[in-house]
Amino acid sequence: MNGDAPAIRARGLTRRFGERVAVDHVDLSVPRRHVYGFLGPNGSGKSTTIRMLCGLLTPSEGEIEVLGLPIPAEAEALRRRIGYMTQKFSLFDDLGVRENLEFMAEVQSLPPARARRRVDELLAEYRFADRQRQLAGTLSGGQKQRLALACAVIHQPELLFLDEPTSAVDPESRRDFWEKLFELADAGTTLLVSTHYMDEAERCHRLAILDRGRLVADGTPAELTAGLAGRTLLVAAADARRAQQAIAAVAGVASVAQIGTSLRVLLEAGTADAASRIAAALARANQPAGVEPVPASLEDVFVAATRRGLAERAA
Amino acid sequence: MNLRRLWAVVLKELRQMRRDRITLAMIVAVPVMQLVLFGYAINLNLRGLAAGIADQAGTAGSRALVLDLLATGVVAPVAEARTPAELVERLRRGEISIGIAVPPDFERRKADGSEAVQVMVDGSDTSVQAAAAQLAQMPLATVVGLGQAPLASTPPPRPVSVIAFNNPERRSAVNIVPGLIGVILTMTMVLFTGVAIVRERERGNMELLIATPLSRSELMLGKVLPYVAIGFLQTTVILALGTWLFAVPIRGSLLDVYLAAGLLILANLTLGLLISTRARSQFQAMQMTFFVFLPSILLSGFMFPFSGMPRIAQWLSEVLPLTHFLRLVRGVMLRGATIGELWPDVLALAAFTTVMMATAILRFQKRLD
Repeated sequence: MNGDAPAIRARGLTRRFGERVAVDHVDLSVPRRHVYGFLGPNGSGKSTTIRMLCGLLTPSEGEIEVLGLPIPAEAEALRRRIGYMTQKFSLFDDLGVRENLEFMAEVQSLPPARARRRVDELLAEYRFADRQRQLAGTLSGGQKQRLALACAVIHQPELLFLDEPTSAVDPESRRDFWEKLFELADAGTTLLVSTHYMDEAERCHRLAILDRGRLVADGTPAELTAGLAGRTLLVAAADARRAQQAIAAVAGVASVAQIGTSLRVLLEAGTADAASRIAAALARANQPAGVEPVPASLEDVFVAATRRGLAERAA
Repeated sequence: MNLRRLWAVVLKELRQMRRDRITLAMIVAVPVMQLVLFGYAINLNLRGLAAGIADQAGTAGSRALVLDLLATGVVAPVAEARTPAELVERLRRGEISIGIAVPPDFERRKADGSEAVQVMVDGSDTSVQAAAAQLAQMPLATVVGLGQAPLASTPPPRPVSVIAFNNPERRSAVNIVPGLIGVILTMTMVLFTGVAIVRERERGNMELLIATPLSRSELMLGKVLPYVAIGFLQTTVILALGTWLFAVPIRGSLLDVYLAAGLLILANLTLGLLISTRARSQFQAMQMTFFVFLPSILLSGFMFPFSGMPRIAQWLSEVLPLTHFLRLVRGVMLRGATIGELWPDVLALAAFTTVMMATAILRFQKRLD
């Protein structure tokens, strides 16, 4: 098998639930040894896409190839080579930490000696050595996610799917969790992580932005933010609320968000003179303020990519 | 089928069971409670019992007597026999529930007022005994059409004597306890596995499990096997208490009793699994369990006699595992029959299990859609 071929390739991936289209003609290419992010609001089709990629859901349309295997036809062969961490904690609450790991090791058919070694290794590495007998149900949110990750990687999968792994975890545990993800990527694992946190998306090598089932942007975080060059402005106004109203009326302004005492303005594509028109509008409204261009953030990318959807939903 | 993966599921189930106090309590407390509660008599009248007739007298009087016995509707003739011994053999094989023997010297016995007719009863079924008791109440005067009693002041003689084979003292516990094994196994086994798959789905474990190499049959069998052991444990509890508290006899071989129990356990567990693959929540699984449990109690012959049921109810009850188990366990424990002699019921239970297991595995998909 070609080591440079993408870990995941999908074309025209679509899933309908009755009338509702959960995933709408998504094309994906996830390179190996990358941490690939899925960014999108709730209900944007992240989980559905991940489930189709691991062969748990049958696509209504489209083609999938994961680790060179056509899915869902070869889903059973794929299951030995992937790890999957579900959105909801899916280990057994009434089994101990060690028992959960042992169960997963056996289910993944690790030979007994290797299973024992691997369980001990993971207990140490994921800092559960002193909690081996504690029931999984009594662990904290962060600990549960750590245990779920340990269980998902027990058979050292080539590809790991993580569906919003940190949605119920405090910031410190999140940082800690991401350390682990990068360790795995360094060791050669490909990771596909869905999230709705911007800071997490920024850490990914590449990411795809999903909105209402459609892939609206993809690339490295740098590529994505570079695509918005010249379209982000920072406005420092005395009365941010009034200034916001004045700016929102200017043609070519895509969105205005208040950040502390200043305003972050996102412009439509191809509106070069917008900065001067904003300044004029502010002057007319008797709200003199400094307007200066700033580098785009991933949040700007996200807003720009999903703006149409948000506007339609608000209507 | 990978044995290590299968064992992993079995071990996981056992570990979870050990931490689940309610389930643990159910395993032992339910049999004990039921045994005590049902240890009281349930007596019912009935009609249409399968009867065998051996009329050795062959006189006009004896024929009239037999016809009158049949006219009560309590018995329905299914077999003719030449000797009372033949009736006994048919009783033991379970072909008839009642044997009516008219001795060769019927006319002489009738004349001198001694017992003129013998009714033999399958004592392994209480309700049959109750029916036979009714027959015994028939005054011979009316039966043979003599018109008047010899003396108004003396009570009429009891010309028909009833012998309850297999349960001479007619203690209801003797009949209840073997059946209770079946009732308890039906209730607990279907319930345990009925919630087994749904519970994992509700708790979110299923999505993880189906994303692993674990196969459908490994998962299904792994969930069933621990409960087989539990089922045998319950059987043992009931048997031990039954013999100790109620002196219930085990006339056949103990191994045959366990074989019959094993067949019922498997049938019920696979039925539970099928329920579990259909139900959307644990609550729904419980509701479905009751759809099975109630007909089992009512139609299997545990509470109401099988022979007294309308044809359609009899067909229905043939589909219930408990019906076949009751025939097996009563035959083995009370009549001393061997399980080989009762092969049609063994076959029925085995077929039921096979169909249920296959359907459950086929219905369960390692997919979320």
